[in-house]
Amino acid sequence: MTATLRRAESPTPRTAPPAPRARGLSLKRRDALAAYGFLTPWFLGLFFITIGPILASLYFSFTDYSLLGDPQWVGLDNYREMIGDPRLHSSLLVTFQYVFVSVPLQLGLALALAMILDRGVRGLPLYRSVYYLPSLLGASVAIAVLWRQIFGANGLINQVLGYFGIEGAGWVSHPDYALGTLIVLNVWTFGAPMVIFLAGLRQIPAMYYEAASVDGAGPVRRFFSVTIPLLTPIIFFNLVLQMINAFQTFTQAFIVSSGSGGPSDSTLFYTLYLYQQGFGSFEMGYASALAWLLLVVIGAFTVLNFVAARYWVFYGD
Amino acid sequence: MATDTRRAAPHSTGPPNSERRPRRRPLTHLGLIAFGLVMLYPLLWMVSSSLKPTEDIFREPGLIPSTLTLSNYTDGWTALEYPFHHYIFNSLVVVAGAVIGNLLACSMAAYAFARLEFRGKNLFFAVMLMTIMLPVHVVIVPQYILFSELDWINTFYPIIVPKLLATDAFFVFLMVQFIRGLPRDLDEAARIDGCGHARIFLRIILPLCTPALATTAIFTFIWTWNDFFTQLVFLVDPDMYTVPIALRTFADATEQTSWGPLFAMSTIALGPIFGFFLAGQRYLVRGIATTGIK
Repeated sequence: MTATLRRAESPTPRTAPPAPRARGLSLKRRDALAAYGFLTPWFLGLFFITIGPILASLYFSFTDYSLLGDPQWVGLDNYREMIGDPRLHSSLLVTFQYVFVSVPLQLGLALALAMILDRGVRGLPLYRSVYYLPSLLGASVAIAVLWRQIFGANGLINQVLGYFGIEGAGWVSHPDYALGTLIVLNVWTFGAPMVIFLAGLRQIPAMYYEAASVDGAGPVRRFFSVTIPLLTPIIFFNLVLQMINAFQTFTQAFIVSSGSGGPSDSTLFYTLYLYQQGFGSFEMGYASALAWLLLVVIGAFTVLNFVAARYWVFYGD
Repeated sequence: MATDTRRAAPHSTGPPNSERRPRRRPLTHLGLIAFGLVMLYPLLWMVSSSLKPTEDIFREPGLIPSTLTLSNYTDGWTALEYPFHHYIFNSLVVVAGAVIGNLLACSMAAYAFARLEFRGKNLFFAVMLMTIMLPVHVVIVPQYILFSELDWINTFYPIIVPKLLATDAFFVFLMVQFIRGLPRDLDEAARIDGCGHARIFLRIILPLCTPALATTAIFTFIWTWNDFFTQLVFLVDPDMYTVPIALRTFADATEQTSWGPLFAMSTIALGPIFGFFLAGQRYLVRGIATTGIK
């Protein structure tokens, strides 16, 4: 680090250090000006790419707009239509089922494996890497393509089942099972939360366990009274993050169903329905209203998570 | 699961970190290896299947191809309107733009948040954190309208320009956390010597940030390489297709006859990610452990 410092210093012309107040600006003002300078790209992005579009889509959600003509103000029509839109309802149902089944399974598996690895297994980095790999790949088109084959009528799963004389269904093409295959895919990517759990487990001081042992707590008691409470902030963090991720699932459903959300809308995720409305039928107004509902739903769940956290998340001091 | 945790609990009681010595537990290892194999099996099987004639893909659940062929790769390469390297090149252009954009813009914003005092800092920081949670689907419609007004549809700008504007707030946050951990003595010493902020940022902070920059670059690469949604929306013409969009076209056109070539191209699409996974382990694990990104 000293080397870096020296490197940084050397080009400075030592003869003429600019006097801090030379231009009548206090150091504080100059700091602030520099800050706004450094933040200029971020401000532009916030305005044009993030907040501007959010507000614009609020406006569009009250219009009928197909990109061809000007947006036509229709008041609450889009929202009224949403109330009676059966495909919207089934897409909400599909998304909720996915989120509430796959996230707990994924986090449970992640925690279980983190606990096993935390016992001090030889070769921990190797296991961690192997389990983590699917998290990197899980969202890619290639994996979704693979899933489509594996869970297809003549796919890998059914070939294996065939050895045991079981004739499996065409999992991805059966309305009862298609969503299940995507849930399996999400559970498969448990590695990322597992790495976070592992980091969290490492933070728990051994003296708590020792104290608990001295007081006569058995292994089960230690798990529920020491490990779990001290891990709640991490559990909470993973929960919020994975829920938000799960709400946004798109690629897998799109590829497995060729963009249709089928069979029988059983993989019609909310984001997929939004895409169909916006970029399939170019109903920009309706799609904007859908986008706003998504924002409200995710926002509500995040707030709910934070409120509920007060009752179950334990912050040491 | 219940049994797992129960078994795990007593051993967690040992002293942490340095004294937590690895022990020999053949059964645990057996279980962990078996589980790892099951997890990786689909991947391994895809790679092996990409070397089999298509009809074997539907007959052989095993990993060792009975007939070995490279024809899937040659067939797949030319199966679409353009040869596959066309899509790889497009993907690389998008990825390079995104990586450069994120490195520049996010580190600049992070320097301001981590080191400078200015009016509204806390508010802006909170806003920045909230945008991490913002799903792209919420803003995609108006973004599409904006970019079509600019005549940017079917160009790479809608994917690259937002990165140049630090909209991947994850990485701003990652670097803020990292810069906060650097000793302030260094930049203060430099200030006393008369360094301006631009110089402190370029000569002191950035070189010290290399690990965070590496994490950012690797994750940006992987995310952009994998990204399907925005590329699907903004790249309409086959000439502009990137690897994920090309694969999707391929997959939708595929009947049972061309699964071999499709697997071959899927394997190629996963290659770079796998390469980064092998080369960038350290940075990946650090990245997830500090921010929880995936």
